[in-house]
Amino acid sequence: MKIAVASGKGGTGKTTIATNLAASISQTGQKVQYLDCDVEEPNGHIFLKPEVESSEDVTVGVPEVDRDKCTGCDKCGQLCQYSAITCVKGKVLVFEELCHSCGGCMAICPEGAIIEKQRKIGVAEFGNSNGMYFGHGRLNIGAIQTPALIRYVKQKALNDGVTILDVPPGTSCPVIEAVKASDFVLLVTEPTPFGLNDLELAVGMVRQLKLPFAVAINRSDIGDESVLEYCDEQNIEIILDVPNDRLIAEAYSQGIKIIDALPGYEEKFLELYCEINARLAVK
Amino acid sequence: MKELVIISGKGGTGKTSIVAAFAALAKNAVMADCDVDAADLHLVLEPKVMQTSDFTGGKKASVIAEKCIGCGKCQDMCRFNAIHLNGLGNDVVEKTYTVDPVSCEGCKVCVEFCPVDAIEFKDAVNGQWFISKTRFGPMVHARLGIAEENSGKLVTVIRKEAKKLAQQKKKDLLIVDGSPGIGCPVIASITGANLVLIVTEPTLSGIHDLQRVAQLTANFGIETLVCVNKADINPEITDRICDNTRKHGLKVIGRIPYDEAFTKAQIMKATLVEYTGGDITERIKAMWREVTSALG
Repeated sequence: MKIAVASGKGGTGKTTIATNLAASISQTGQKVQYLDCDVEEPNGHIFLKPEVESSEDVTVGVPEVDRDKCTGCDKCGQLCQYSAITCVKGKVLVFEELCHSCGGCMAICPEGAIIEKQRKIGVAEFGNSNGMYFGHGRLNIGAIQTPALIRYVKQKALNDGVTILDVPPGTSCPVIEAVKASDFVLLVTEPTPFGLNDLELAVGMVRQLKLPFAVAINRSDIGDESVLEYCDEQNIEIILDVPNDRLIAEAYSQGIKIIDALPGYEEKFLELYCEINARLAVK
Repeated sequence: MKELVIISGKGGTGKTSIVAAFAALAKNAVMADCDVDAADLHLVLEPKVMQTSDFTGGKKASVIAEKCIGCGKCQDMCRFNAIHLNGLGNDVVEKTYTVDPVSCEGCKVCVEFCPVDAIEFKDAVNGQWFISKTRFGPMVHARLGIAEENSGKLVTVIRKEAKKLAQQKKKDLLIVDGSPGIGCPVIASITGANLVLIVTEPTLSGIHDLQRVAQLTANFGIETLVCVNKADINPEITDRICDNTRKHGLKVIGRIPYDEAFTKAQIMKATLVEYTGGDITERIKAMWREVTSALG
């Protein structure tokens, strides 16, 4: 079972909820895997402190041109939609950092002058955190192939047990890549105007992808009632409520999980897991 | 005309609240919301939209069911798993291929190689962008369609239009609200800017994300300032951030204590400086002076 923890707005507590949920389930003896798909700014490792067992370079295919074979016909440049390859005065130029690895230039080259070479975009690390499977990706600074790295990390999802996916903030391509094909999405928000606005966007996204979902409200006693009213109107269930607590903020600041800092939270996260399971069973 | 971009690496550090406060303090600026994935600045600045334009970030493929012969060449060549054999039947085949628009990256490979020209390649409207008026001056912002991509391209459009507007209106500053992360929308937000302000928070996650995003601005050679919000949540980490950033030649221009005013001002649709005249406003004004002096 794959549970994605997502949010439109950043900083609402996705990683806090994802890591605590994963660790709570793991402590019951179940097979659990945590995969951090926020590859631009991965933070789960700060809380789960994994022993990394394997570190893999993640690459994408980019064109390499055999200049002896190239006739400068620019068929590749005319096809490429990303301005990653072009011919200027009969000389072919490649801008690897713009390439989406679609393979079009290689397929269309009449001279067979283009082969695919690998360009590193980041690393994926896998290991163990207190008996739990751990994985994350770390995008190289300056690389833009966020979805490709997320795809790589997600390929390592277990077929059995529970996989918790920590999703990047926002609602565009990296987020869709991360939540795609999950069994359930938990949308984390906070009860503020910004939280509500971004929750509406996130709800639009999961509805378009036709994924079952529910909402978690973090720092539930700050702000106003508008998120509650919205969820009520839209028949969206709220299955977790975490109050604002300076002790949680301080634990978070030091990389300590809530379940290790405050009593009662492990039970709370196990209840959350039961709530998610109950919704999947109905489906 | 100078351009200031406010980013954060990590989300939820208070970036947009600080942008809104700067908008209130700036005398002659244009605002641009480039956090197109989760745009919030309009909630405080309440723009009155004067002009709406469609944003076309690229094209997408779609199969013409009547023409498809079901050969599967498109599916074989698609690197994005965007093509599936689940379309309506026609005179030739029981099922035709379709393109999943969410997975399609608009590479045109299927269009090019379809042996019977059964795949169209049409402009995809990915969102809308707006030129608006606010109580602090003009603003350019956008709404990306649900589950749309190309946010980097939309950011480029917003910045270009905001610069044009600033020139027309003889404004001397462009204030840009950037997005979290280090990927394409962030790169599109900062390329060629004069100054970046990174708003961070004193948590291990905040430090981690600050290091990565500061490396990005360093690679682009952009002068970068840092502000620590919620500084009293963990004073030791705040000190560490200040030491580290100084070592890397960056200047910390503000330490702002945790304050409920951030949330309360949002609810009142007010900027921090409008909402409270207290200590927070003084600290933000002091930061604003540092920013304007860095902009020269």
